[in-house]
Amino acid sequence: MGLLSDPNRRRALISLLTRLNAPICVVCYMAGVVWFMGLAFEPFTLRTYMSENAMGSTMVEERFPSGERALATGREFAAHKKKVGGMPVDWLVKTMQARGLEVFTQTFSRTLPFPDENKERYMVKGTNVYGILRAPRAPRTEALVLSAPCTQGDHNNQAVGLLLGLAQYFRNQIYWAKDIIFLINEHDLIGMQAWLEVNMGRGGSIQAALSLELSSDVITSMDLVLEGLNGQLPNLDLANLFYAFCQKIGVLCTIQGKLQRNDWDSVSGYSHSVQTMMLMVMKQASGRPWGDHGLFLRYHIEAATIKGINSFRQYKTDTNTIGRLLEGMYRKLNNLLERLHQSYFFYLMPSLSHFVSIGYYMPAFGLLAVILLLRALDLWVQLASPPPGTEDGVVDTEQMWSPDVLSVLTPLVISHLTGVALYYLPIHFQKMALEHFPVSDTEAVVLTAIAVYTAGLALPHNTHRFVSGEGTEHGWRVLKLVAVLYLAVLLGCTALINFSLGFILALTLVPVAAFVTPHVPKVPSAFVLVILSPACTLLFSVFFFQELQEVPISFQDGWVLYLSVISQGILDHSLYGSLVYPLIALLVYPCWLLFWNILFWE
Amino acid sequence: MKILTLWSLFSTYLLASSLNIENHAAQFFSSGHTNNWAVLVCTSRFWFNYRHVANTLSVYRSVKRLGIPDSHIVLMLADDMACNHRNPKPATVFSHKNMELNVYGDDVEVDYRGYEVTVENFLRVLTGRLPPSTPRSKRLLSDDRSNILIYLTGHGGNGFLKFQDSEEISNVELADAFEQMWQKRRYNELLFIIDTCQGASMYERFYSPNLMALASSQVGEDSLSHQPDLAIGVHLMDRYTFYLLEFLEDIHPASKTNMNDLFKVCPKSQCVSTPGHRTDLFLRDPGSVLITDFFGSVRKVEITMETINLTDPIEQVEQSPVNGELQKERNSYVDQLPVSEIIHQKPKQRDWHPPDGFILGLWTLILLVFFKTLAFQETAVGSKPPYRVQ
Repeated sequence: MGLLSDPNRRRALISLLTRLNAPICVVCYMAGVVWFMGLAFEPFTLRTYMSENAMGSTMVEERFPSGERALATGREFAAHKKKVGGMPVDWLVKTMQARGLEVFTQTFSRTLPFPDENKERYMVKGTNVYGILRAPRAPRTEALVLSAPCTQGDHNNQAVGLLLGLAQYFRNQIYWAKDIIFLINEHDLIGMQAWLEVNMGRGGSIQAALSLELSSDVITSMDLVLEGLNGQLPNLDLANLFYAFCQKIGVLCTIQGKLQRNDWDSVSGYSHSVQTMMLMVMKQASGRPWGDHGLFLRYHIEAATIKGINSFRQYKTDTNTIGRLLEGMYRKLNNLLERLHQSYFFYLMPSLSHFVSIGYYMPAFGLLAVILLLRALDLWVQLASPPPGTEDGVVDTEQMWSPDVLSVLTPLVISHLTGVALYYLPIHFQKMALEHFPVSDTEAVVLTAIAVYTAGLALPHNTHRFVSGEGTEHGWRVLKLVAVLYLAVLLGCTALINFSLGFILALTLVPVAAFVTPHVPKVPSAFVLVILSPACTLLFSVFFFQELQEVPISFQDGWVLYLSVISQGILDHSLYGSLVYPLIALLVYPCWLLFWNILFWE
Repeated sequence: MKILTLWSLFSTYLLASSLNIENHAAQFFSSGHTNNWAVLVCTSRFWFNYRHVANTLSVYRSVKRLGIPDSHIVLMLADDMACNHRNPKPATVFSHKNMELNVYGDDVEVDYRGYEVTVENFLRVLTGRLPPSTPRSKRLLSDDRSNILIYLTGHGGNGFLKFQDSEEISNVELADAFEQMWQKRRYNELLFIIDTCQGASMYERFYSPNLMALASSQVGEDSLSHQPDLAIGVHLMDRYTFYLLEFLEDIHPASKTNMNDLFKVCPKSQCVSTPGHRTDLFLRDPGSVLITDFFGSVRKVEITMETINLTDPIEQVEQSPVNGELQKERNSYVDQLPVSEIIHQKPKQRDWHPPDGFILGLWTLILLVFFKTLAFQETAVGSKPPYRVQ
C-alpha cells in the first residue's frame, strides 16, 4: 500500500508532523537565513561572463577624440540653463541640428497627487529634447538610446556635454546598423515616463538604453545602477558589457558605490560582499527606479544607468576616456542581432564580477515558505481530528467539520476593507486633513496613512460585535489556516516578481504567521506583532539602509526619512505605476491584520 | 684518364637528364583528370562570423589565381559581409589585419548567396539533381575525368556541420552524397578540406574511392580564429585557412609541390588544434599528387626543346576482319546517354557479306558469258561472220 493511503503509516506520519512541527519550522527558518547570507560568499557565486555571441570576444579600438570639446559644450549648456532658468530647449535643438541629428521636442505636464517635498515640485511642466542619428545604410528597424537627465542647478552638465560630443563623433561613422537616439529629459523620471509613453513604437524597436550621470570634469570611478521599477533588473549581459569595458579601458568600476575586494576569505571581505548584496536587495525591494533607466525595463528594453563619481582617489579619469568607454559599449551593442536575452534576468550581485542567479537564491525563500506550509498542514490535521470530547461526553461529529464560513469571512472582509481605506484615504482626504491639522501637504498624506494603519490595530475588539457565532477553538484555527495559505500564496507571487521584497516580507511575517495563536501571552505577543508588521519593517529597513551606505543617521532624521519614504512610495505608484504601495496596503497589511485578529480572538 | 671521367660524367648527366625528361613525360600523362572544379562553401551568417566568409573567399582567390575559371567554381556564401551595415569599409572583406588584403575584390562571382545556401542545395549541387531551370553557373557539371576541390567552413561539431543557424548536415549524409557522385561518375578524384571545430569527424564516414580529406582539427578540439582587426571589430580569418592561404601563395601553376606538403600546413604550434588528413581511400600515393591537380587548372601544354623518346610505343588495337566479332581489349563504361544511337538509329553490325555490287556484277558476268556462249554457238552453226572476207 502506498505511503499516504496506508492508514497506519499515515497516522505515524501525521503524528511525526505534529510532534516535530515547531522544531522543523525553527530549523527551516534558520536554514533560510543562513542560505541567504551564504549567497554572498564568493565560492558559492559564479563569475560573470558574456553570454551573447554577437557581443563576442573581439574589441574595437576606440577613437573618440573630443573630450575637451565635450566639456566646453557642457559649460555652454550650463550657462544657457542658468539663463533660461530651466531646460534651454532652443539652444539644444540648434546644437543637435548642427550635429546632423533629426531633432524632436516633446512637452509634457503632470500634476502630482500631492507636493513632492524631496524634489520640491507639484505641478510639473517640461520639455524633452531628443535627436535621432539615423543608421546610414540600415533600414530603420532597431534603435539604441543614450540619455542624460537635465537637472536643476549645477548637476549633470558634463553628461549633456559628453552626450552631444558623442553625437557628433557617432554621426561621422558609417558602421552604425541601428538608429541612435540621444535624449535629454527634463524632470528626470517624470520626463522619461512621458517620453516612453509617447515613443514606444516610434523609431523602431529599442534594443538597449544607457542613462548617463556625470557632474564633474574628471572622475575617479564609474558606478553602475541596475535596479529599476518594481525591482526589475536588466539582462545581466549589460552589466557584463560594462564590466568588460571597464577592465579593458582601465577605469575603476563600482556597483552600489562599493569597490570590489579580493580577500573573499577574510571576515571583512565577506562582510563587504554581504553589504553590497544587501544594498542591492534593499534597493530592489523598494520597487522604485534608482536611475532614469528604470522605466525602460517594463517595455523589455535593457537599460542601465552609469554614474561618474569623483571621490578622493589619486588616479583621475578624464572625459575622453569616458567617451571611449561609451563608444566601445555602443559599438558592441551595434553588433546585436536581437534583444539581449541570453543571460539572466533575475540575479543578485555581491560584486561586479560575481553574481548569484535565481536558481541559487530561490531556495532561501523556499525554506521560509515551507514553514507556512508545515503550519497549514498542522492546522489541517488539528481541524480534522476529533475534539477531545464535550462536557456531557457526546462527540458532536457534525459540528466537527463544518467550516464556519461566516466567522472566517467577517475578519477577512473587514481586514481588506481596512486595506482599501489605507490605500484610498491618504490621498483623497488630504484636504480634510489639511483643514484640521497644521501640517504640510505631504505630511498630511503620510500621517493619514499612519493613522489608518494604527486604527486598524483597534479592529479586533470591535469586529466581534458583528460576528454572530461564538469564537470557538475551531473558529480561529480555520481563520489561521486561511490566513497562512493566503500569506504563502501572496509571498510566493511577490518573490517571483521581486525576490528581495518577497524575502524581506517573509523574514518578518513568517514568524508572525507561525507562532500566533489566541493562547500566547497577549501583551508581549502584541508588541512582537507590531514590531514585525510591515510598517515597522519599513522603519527598520530605512535605518539599516543608511547603515549599509555608511551614512548612519539619528532617530529624528531617520523618522523624517521614513515619512518621506512613505510619501515617495505613494507618489511612485501614482506617477510610474510602482506596485509596492498597493501591494502593502491592499494585500500584505490585511493579511497581517488577520493574524492580529487571531491574536485577539475570544 | 681525366677526359674519360669527364666524358663518363657528362654521359651520365645526359642519361640522367634524359631519364628525367622521361619521368617528366611520364608524370605528364600520369594523373587521369582533364578538368578541374571547385565547390567552396561558407555556411555561417551574421556579422560575428565574418571570418568564415573571409576563409572561403581567400580559397576562392587562390583557386582562381591558379587557373580554375569562374565557370568551374561554385561559390556559396551564406551572408553578405561586404555590404553588411556594420562593415566600416563597405564592399570589402579583408583577410589580413590592417586591411592588407581585400579578398572580395571587384570580380567575385557568388553563385549561391544568402538563404540559398542550404543543405538541400549543397547536396543537389554535388549530386547534380537540380531542376532543369537551374542556370549553368549554379551547377557542378563535372564528369568522370574531373578533379574536384570541396572546401567547407563554418561552425561544426562531432559529426555535423551547421548551415545558417537552422539546420545541419551530418557526416553520413556527406559520405552518401560522395558515393552518389562516384556511382554517377561525377568525379575522378576529390579533395575535401574542412575548417570547422571537430572537423575530422566529417570525413570519418567516407567510403567511396578516390577521396582525400583534410580537416583543421580533430574530434574534441576546437578550431581557433586567427587575428582580430581592431578597426573592423571582428576576427578576420581562422588559423588553419590563414596558414593554408600563406602556403598557397607560394604555389604557381607550374609548381610541383605535392600533397605531403599540404598535410604539413599549420602544425599544432601554429594552429593550436591538430589538423588531420585521410588518404586511405585515395588510389594514388599522396606524394605523387600535385597541389595543382586540385587547386589549379589542367595545363597540358609545356614547351621543351629536348627530344623525348617514347620508349613504350602506343599499341594500335587492330580489328581482325576475318571473324565477325570485334576483339575488345579494354573495358569501357557503358555510354550513359547513348545520344548518337538515338539520333542516328545506326543498325547493329551484322555478319560480313560480300558487297551488293559484287553480286550484281557477278550475275551480270554470268549472264554475259551465257549469252556470249549462246551467240558463239549460233555462229558456229551457220550464222554469218560479222565481217566479209574479200
